[in-house]
Amino acid sequence: MSLKSPLGRVLGLGSSGTGTEHWVGQRLSAIALVPLTLWFLLSLLAFPALDFYAVTAWVAAPLHAVLLVLLVIALVYHSSLGTQVVVEDYVHAPGPRTLMLIILRLVHIALAVAGILAVFLIATRAPL
Amino acid sequence: MAEFRLPAKSRVAKGKTHGAPGNVSAPGKVRQFQIYRYDPDTGENPRLDTYAVDTGRCGPMVLDVLIKIKNEIDSTLTFRRSCREGICGSCAMNIDGVNTLACIQAVADIQGDVRIYPLPHLPVVKDLVPDLTNFYAQYASIKPWLQTRTPPPPPDRERLQSKEDQELINSPSACILCACCSTSCPSYWWNSDRYLGPAALLAAYRWLVDTRDEATGSRLDDLEDPFRLYRCHTIMNCTNACPKDLNPAKAIAATKRLLAERRL
Repeated sequence: MSLKSPLGRVLGLGSSGTGTEHWVGQRLSAIALVPLTLWFLLSLLAFPALDFYAVTAWVAAPLHAVLLVLLVIALVYHSSLGTQVVVEDYVHAPGPRTLMLIILRLVHIALAVAGILAVFLIATRAPL
Repeated sequence: MAEFRLPAKSRVAKGKTHGAPGNVSAPGKVRQFQIYRYDPDTGENPRLDTYAVDTGRCGPMVLDVLIKIKNEIDSTLTFRRSCREGICGSCAMNIDGVNTLACIQAVADIQGDVRIYPLPHLPVVKDLVPDLTNFYAQYASIKPWLQTRTPPPPPDRERLQSKEDQELINSPSACILCACCSTSCPSYWWNSDRYLGPAALLAAYRWLVDTRDEATGSRLDDLEDPFRLYRCHTIMNCTNACPKDLNPAKAIAATKRLLAERRL
């Protein structure tokens, strides 16, 4: 039991002075994802055949490679921000929460590296 | 993790039934009221008591029924009330699944049995009386008073304000702090220890847009926090619930816009 005053408990550790960047980032990445996702899905649907050579050649086209990297960045960034909020909302035990937030951040960094590197490798390999 | 079931001691059991009165004013006038009861002295789980009330011999509002029950059927029923005209905010409770004021909720507007619970997700003191200590402390934390650096005018002069300036604070300062909005917000249910909730944020906004106030910057500093402000996920239950038809969700959105603006 704590005899700390109700106001003292509400004031807690004070304001962290952050959160605005997170909020703006989530909205900007959401806006960016609208055209990028539409473009990606429509491009997939427009493929005559989804064979290895056709897809890698499509990815290797400079414009497509740039847009794909942008898609990976926006998608992973948006997912990172969103899943972070879910954990902050629902996981209350400080230990597990910190651990899950760190793991989520690392997983998203790994996903971003893997996605960007995949596009880079496909785009820079010699045509077969 | 989040709790998806009530704690064992909070699960609501079936309670007593208080039968209909003998001579009814008119057929169909007897309505059933299911009311949440909790007595901290017995150590028993909360229960749902059913009262049959002749609404033909009673005022039109839910509060009138509660007062009738307390006067004529069961004097142990405990609830807060004062003004009975929607200006004090004391009789806020969950009626028919919606947070509202019992004194301005007509019984005739509710279909079937009327279910009455205390405001959701607060510690219950007794029956329909929730513990609002944390809610009031959150209101106090936003410094709900005028802060200026300009020396005050002499006592016989006002701090001037244009008509348009006053219109900015008309709506947010009509809040009666009944807590209907905050306790309808899922984000507030999960994180009320750190999230200020719509009522306190609406009050904060009222001072942010007050043109006489000179502490806008430090007020925004105090709000800029992932939990205090940004736990708002624009669910908008607050605006739906408000019995005074205010719009806390819009005030919170405007606060977020101010915070984004000062970074650009």
